[in-house]
Amino acid sequence: MIGAFVIAFREVIEAGLIISIVLAATRGIPGRMRWVLLGVAGGLAGAGLVALFAERISNAFEGSGQDILNAAVLIVAVLLLIWHNTWMSKHGKELAGELRAAGAAVRSGEREAAALSIVIGAAILREGAELVLFLYGLVASGTSGADIQFGAFAGIGAGILLSAVTYLGLASIPSRYVFSVTSVLIVFLAAGLAAQAAQFLANAGVVDILGHTLWNSSGLIAETSWPGRILHALVGYTDRPTALQGLVYVATIAVMVGLMQWSAVDKRRAVQAA
Amino acid sequence: MSRPPRPARIAAAALLATAWAMTAARADDMPVIKVEMRDGLILPAVIEVPANTRFKLEIANTGQSPVEFESAELKREKALAAGSTSAIVFRTLDPGTYQVFDDFHPDAKATLVAR
Repeated sequence: MIGAFVIAFREVIEAGLIISIVLAATRGIPGRMRWVLLGVAGGLAGAGLVALFAERISNAFEGSGQDILNAAVLIVAVLLLIWHNTWMSKHGKELAGELRAAGAAVRSGEREAAALSIVIGAAILREGAELVLFLYGLVASGTSGADIQFGAFAGIGAGILLSAVTYLGLASIPSRYVFSVTSVLIVFLAAGLAAQAAQFLANAGVVDILGHTLWNSSGLIAETSWPGRILHALVGYTDRPTALQGLVYVATIAVMVGLMQWSAVDKRRAVQAA
Repeated sequence: MSRPPRPARIAAAALLATAWAMTAARADDMPVIKVEMRDGLILPAVIEVPANTRFKLEIANTGQSPVEFESAELKREKALAAGSTSAIVFRTLDPGTYQVFDDFHPDAKATLVAR
C-alpha cells in the first residue's frame, strides 16, 4: 500500500507543482477558472489517450515516437510560458490593481488564460500518462488488493492537497509581489522543461550534438531522491546534465529575461507617450 | 504580441516533420535486445548490449502489474501496462555499466552493460 501511495503521490505532484505556480501567476485574470478546468480536463483526456495508444506512439518514428511526443508537448509549454512572462511584465501591475487602467489587461487577459490552460493541459498530459497506466493496471489486473488501490488513490489525494497548499502559499503573497515571485519561478520552470525537451530530442536522435555529461551530482542530490524529484519538477534539476541541456537551460533563461525587459521598457514608453 | 498558439503549433509541426525526415530514411535492421519485466523482476539481471552502435531494447511486461523501466544514468524511462511490449531505441552508448530499475517496483534493479 505504501508503495502505491508513494508512486501515485509522486506522479501527481510533478504536474501539481506546475499547475499551482500557473494558477498563482494568473490571479486576477477574469474568467480564468473556466480555462483552468478546461486545461485539466483536456490534459486528463490526453493522458488517457496517450496511455491507451502507448504502444503505437512508441513505435512511431522507428521507436522514437514517445520521445518526440514528449519533446513537442514540452516545447509548446515552454513557448507559452515565455509568452506569459513577457505579457506579465507589461500587464502584471494592472492585474495587481496598482494601476486603474486595467482595460488592456482585461481585454487580452482571456487570451492569456487560454494560453495557460494549454500549459496546464501539457503538464498533465506529460506526467499523467504514466499515472493512468499505473492506476489502470492496478484496477484492471484485479490481482491487487483493496489496500493497494486505496494507497494509490490516497496518494493522488495527498498530491492534490500538497499542490493546493503550494498554491495557497503563493496566493498569500501580497499582490504587489506575487507576480514578481511567479515570474521568477516560471523562468526556472520553463528553463527546466526546455532542458528536458532537449534531452528527449537527443534520445530520439533529432539532435546529435553536445551529448557529453557536464557533471555528476548524483552523490550530492540524487535525481530519484525526494529533494531531487521536487527540484526536478520546479527548476528542472538533473544530476547528470548534458552540455546540450545546460546550454538550452541558460539560453531559455536569457531569452525570457531579455523579452521581459524589452516588454517592460516598451510599456514605459507607451505610458510616457500617452 | 501575436497569438501564442500559432508559433507553438508551427514549432510542433516543424519538429515532427524534421524527426520524420531524419528517421524515415533509416532501415530497421538494428540488433534487438530483449528484456522481460514481471511484477518486480527484471530479466536478465545483467542486460548485455552493444556499445557505440544503434540497438533496440525491447521490453516486455509479462507480469500482472504495470512497470516502468527507468535509468537515471541513461536518461530513459518507459512505462508499460501489464501484458504489453514496447521498445527503446538507443542511438549510441559509451562502453560501461549502467543501473536500471523499475520505478513502479522500487526494489527491482538490474544493470545494463555496454561493450
